[in-house]
Amino acid sequence: MGLELVTTKLEDAANWGRKFSLFTYPFVTACCGMEFMSVAAPKYDLARFGAEFPRFSPRQADLLMIVGTITEKQGPALKRVYDQMAEPKWVIAFGVCASTGGFYQNYHAMPGADQVIPVDVYIPGCPPRPEQVLDALILLQKRIQDGRGHSQLRHKREQAALARERVASGED
Amino acid sequence: MAQKILDALTKKFAAAIEQTTSDHGDEVAYVAREQLHEIATWLKTDPEMAFDSPVFVTAIDLLDLRRPDEHGRVVEIDVGVHPNLGRFEVCFQLRSQTHKHRIRLKVRVTEADPRCASLASLWPAFDWQERETFDMYGIRFDGHPDLRRIYLYEEFVGYPLRRDYPKEKRQPLVRRDDLLIAPDSLTIKTEREGDRDV
Repeated sequence: MGLELVTTKLEDAANWGRKFSLFTYPFVTACCGMEFMSVAAPKYDLARFGAEFPRFSPRQADLLMIVGTITEKQGPALKRVYDQMAEPKWVIAFGVCASTGGFYQNYHAMPGADQVIPVDVYIPGCPPRPEQVLDALILLQKRIQDGRGHSQLRHKREQAALARERVASGED
Repeated sequence: MAQKILDALTKKFAAAIEQTTSDHGDEVAYVAREQLHEIATWLKTDPEMAFDSPVFVTAIDLLDLRRPDEHGRVVEIDVGVHPNLGRFEVCFQLRSQTHKHRIRLKVRVTEADPRCASLASLWPAFDWQERETFDMYGIRFDGHPDLRRIYLYEEFVGYPLRRDYPKEKRQPLVRRDDLLIAPDSLTIKTEREGDRDV
């Protein structure tokens, strides 16, 4: 019981640290990129929320920002970028195209980036206002603190499955 | 504006020019498929013509341009001449920087045999544009050096800008494992596991 309490508090402390030091990987494919530049630039200043430093290698990032339309042809590349990121990791779909395909309902556009990778927060808008992006970031921070990001939940599920296996095999 | 080009074409290749139209400064010559390369060669090399600048290649799918509307009335859309000669029009737009005139060559091809001569040997800039036309409409350009898809992936089946390509059809390369995909269905179900907590 005591140990569990300590690990829970440790997790909380780690999540507190994670939510204020997000390293974004901007996967910019379309016009939403202009709005992303605006929100990252001093006027709206994403850095105020700790998401300060865009990294242009997925291996050094833990927040994937999908900024713009994802085509079916880009699907494998997007999945590869996501797989390369270190755990725990989070994904924001920036704009309607990344969220649902937007007005591209046709042969080439993927109906939402979540067809390929799990998305934590969706930002509507074509393109979204910078305030919406900041709002999404705050939502994501809340999710990270609560441990409810997709990769965090997956990790918990895996841990629980392992524990069940250990119990079943009579190790504990 | 360039009526004299149409006149010269008709005079020189009378049998091969099926029809000419002139509308708002756009001169169009419908040419016989077999003579396209010959005519294009002459347009490029003749000093009076000197079409040195390739503008674009595309195709037009004329399928279902005459169809009943929601009230059952048949909508007649004027598609120009010879509405039943072939499903596709292949379109070559040319321009002369020397004489500042332009012309559009059109070739009608059928759905069963969508072939047309490639003009990439005359104007190398047509190389990729013919590949795009092949990619989107499935027009085969005879004599093209490297006719393969240019925008879409190799796994793609069909030609998406044809009017009978289903609007909702998706051909995904990759999907999440937890998404249910019905292989024979045109649409993809978007039921997903969600973020169930442990």
